[in-house]
Amino acid sequence: MSVWIAIGLTAVGCYLVKLLGLLVPAGALERPLVQRLSALLPVALLAALTAQQAFSGADGALVVDARAAGLAAAGLALVLRAPFLVVIAAAVAVTAAVRALGG
Amino acid sequence: MRDALGVGIAVGLSGFAFGVTSAGAGLTLLQSCALSLLVFTGASQFALVGALAAGGNPLTAAAGAFFLGVRNTFYGLRLSQLLALPRWVRPFAAQWVIDETTAVALAQPTRRAVRIGFTVTGLTLYVLWNLTTLLGALGAEAIGDTDAWGLDAAGPAVFLALLAPMLRTTTERAVAGGAVVLGLGFLPVLPAGVPVLVAALAAPAVLWFEGRRTTAPKGTSR
Repeated sequence: MSVWIAIGLTAVGCYLVKLLGLLVPAGALERPLVQRLSALLPVALLAALTAQQAFSGADGALVVDARAAGLAAAGLALVLRAPFLVVIAAAVAVTAAVRALGG
Repeated sequence: MRDALGVGIAVGLSGFAFGVTSAGAGLTLLQSCALSLLVFTGASQFALVGALAAGGNPLTAAAGAFFLGVRNTFYGLRLSQLLALPRWVRPFAAQWVIDETTAVALAQPTRRAVRIGFTVTGLTLYVLWNLTTLLGALGAEAIGDTDAWGLDAAGPAVFLALLAPMLRTTTERAVAGGAVVLGLGFLPVLPAGVPVLVAALAAPAVLWFEGRRTTAPKGTSR
């Protein structure tokens, strides 16, 4: 049930922020500080999410396991300017390989 | 038109990754598909299932996903001027206001091309993203233990791929670095889903610090 609550809240919230942009008059939110903050907010959230989903273990413990190798592979693929799907595939393949080898 | 289809297909296919991650996080097929149909903004969807998988409560999980979606408001502001849509169309167009449609639409030279670019990218992406979510979730259920296949690494890899092009200047890198430290540092001590919200504070903190540096008297800054 709580999953459905989360889905409902996210769906409504994300739809409303999309609609807001199309409805408010031009200039209303064009203050430089607001724009800077809205550009930097995703950077902070994505960076934190990347780190957390790669290094979180049970009960909030920090662990370094096969996922870290996968993330490093994704990073390398990004440096080599690989397409989006190749980056994801590299992370998945390396993680699976390290696990298969008992890492 | 070709750009629009290309972007729509490439990103639409990454719905596979979402479907697999979502199923791996323990969501049912219906829940995964509902997210792609109703939320339809990739980073927020990944963030939500990640937070739920980590045991976050629905409110904090939704809050993280919501804050990631706020950028779409600013896309809407730009698109609103370029598309010049009649008022009654806007509630329908709104669901397609996302990274990819904005990128394609902004690159078009004329209003007609902007509208075609937005519509073709939006439609292609919406159809493919939902179809691939369904297939990904079905596939994950079929193979069982998704972790053994390394599929739990898809989530962080997606975030990294979305983040990488944003790290253009020192400011963005400082925000990202600060967010990683805050996000990991608070992970063992705060309830699941909360540390990522704390990490978001890295953005205003870096802006505040920059503001102080630029308004500091000459000679003391830099």
